[in-house]
Amino acid sequence: MLNLENNVGFVSTKYYNIEDKIKFESGVEFGPVTVAYETYGKLNEKGDNAILVIHALTGDAHAAGYRTENDKKPGWWDDLIGPSKAFDTDKYFVICSNILGGCSGTTGPSSINPETKKPYGIDFPVFTIEDTVKVIKKLLDYLNVKSLYSVAGGSMGGMQAIQFVISYPEFVKSAILIATTSRLSPQAIAFNAVGRNSIISDPAWNNGDYYDKPIKPDRGLSNARMIGHITYLCEEAMYNKFGRRLQNKNHYDFNFDIDFQVESYLQHQGQIFVDRFDANSYLYITKAVDYFDPADKYGSLTNAFKDTVAKFLIISFDSDWLFPSSQSKEIVSSLMNLGKDVSYCEIKSPCGHDAFLLEYEVQSKIIKSFLNEHINEVENEQSL
Amino acid sequence: MNSHYKTSKGLHLNYSLITRRIEEGAKVLDLGCGSGVLLKMLKDKKHIYGNGIEIAQNEVIQCLEKGLSVIQGNIDDGLKQFKDKSYDYVILNQTLQSTYNPDYVLEEMLRVGKKCIVSFPNFAYWRVRFNFFFTGNMPKSKVLPFEWYNTPNIHLLTIKDFFEFSKAHNINILECIYTTRAHIRKGLHYSMFANFFAEEAIFIISKD
Repeated sequence: MLNLENNVGFVSTKYYNIEDKIKFESGVEFGPVTVAYETYGKLNEKGDNAILVIHALTGDAHAAGYRTENDKKPGWWDDLIGPSKAFDTDKYFVICSNILGGCSGTTGPSSINPETKKPYGIDFPVFTIEDTVKVIKKLLDYLNVKSLYSVAGGSMGGMQAIQFVISYPEFVKSAILIATTSRLSPQAIAFNAVGRNSIISDPAWNNGDYYDKPIKPDRGLSNARMIGHITYLCEEAMYNKFGRRLQNKNHYDFNFDIDFQVESYLQHQGQIFVDRFDANSYLYITKAVDYFDPADKYGSLTNAFKDTVAKFLIISFDSDWLFPSSQSKEIVSSLMNLGKDVSYCEIKSPCGHDAFLLEYEVQSKIIKSFLNEHINEVENEQSL
Repeated sequence: MNSHYKTSKGLHLNYSLITRRIEEGAKVLDLGCGSGVLLKMLKDKKHIYGNGIEIAQNEVIQCLEKGLSVIQGNIDDGLKQFKDKSYDYVILNQTLQSTYNPDYVLEEMLRVGKKCIVSFPNFAYWRVRFNFFFTGNMPKSKVLPFEWYNTPNIHLLTIKDFFEFSKAHNINILECIYTTRAHIRKGLHYSMFANFFAEEAIFIISKD
């Protein structure tokens, strides 16, 4: 039996078709785009109690609740979204959509190109974080959201939250940026590059044209995922999780099969990933993440944030070396120098970058304090 | 960090003394802001634009609940993210004695703040002296309740020490306020009397 206490219950993914073409940052005009999304809670009459949550690299629109009775796991941020939870669905209208270029319902390279009746493959235009945010804004307009009470995201979701505040400064009242950065370090880009290279060098990738072929670039994609998983953990997390323990054996086998638990874990993560993710989507989305750099685009981070009116909450994790605290602090500094309302917490965790999906208790407390105070303020203003 | 220094009555006196000295709408940075009581008071009474820095996560959460802008951080690491003279006031309320590098913290405060407000318990207070003199143990009192091995107050100082430090580092003393349980006194110069009778001191300082 599923535990539905404080849970949003059963949900289904909905779809919104954007018929008009969307102008991408590259100059390309692209459309139509279908957006997969889920919502929890109710939008109020004024349309100002909405919270947009944005998923990380390989997430989807299913952020909370269950789709069927047989689901083994709830949505990816179920710990934080629901009645009385940090994103309280009794108070707020919570929205989550699948990213542009993804493969979980929103139009991406695996979608059928209406002109050719075949999957786009690498004919899909290269897009940026700014473009992904543009698509989300169209969804919010369609849902009659007049302003966002908050936008929240971790990792790549945090990057999109940053871009959302920059693109639509007046629209956003608060932003919660978790384990994120305003630009990847060269080290993080390097890991993405190896991941992409692993896909591209798989012969089955076939220049992105593999959708109707019997063999898909699963090997390349699963290697990319294995590399990714190394970066989501940290040394301590790996010691805690696996140590040097062997997988179902007491001695080395003196061959090249799997000996260590850590090997087995990575292989498993790689294998289950190919069942739910598209290799081309992985290429496009990691590229968008690599390109993201508002400081470069707007001259400086300070300049990028100058028109924002949102209150910011920034959270990082001390063991996260992929999106290190120093990068969060950089965002904090530029917001402070602008005199913006910003708060920052660094959570101690042995979990590395993954912490943002695991350390939900302390995050809940922090986010709840931040949001509740915020709603009191809005109520006070109304009563004056 | 305010919890390192325990006196509810004293704290409130302290807060109102500080609040009175801050102009309407000033820009204030509170170092070691604790649960944000002083910042909240300044926000409500003087409509300041304020930020707090606090090392303890549970205190940071309490600040968030009050709707304050708070940065989790260690003031011993300095204030690198802040520009020179970017705040009207930088406050270090009852925290100086528990920093690892008081001289560096003061230097950074004076760089960032046009004016700084520093308060600390006076270790030359007569009760502390008598306590030490007669018992031979590290002094304990209501305001300094810790044992030598667990006290966060690792850099205790006296009013005299602070005057000497200010002189040696070219720090301007704009005002000093001495408090005891019953009295508040003011002065600009070192007085042996104050060093003996004041339980606590609040200094308003600046450096060009």
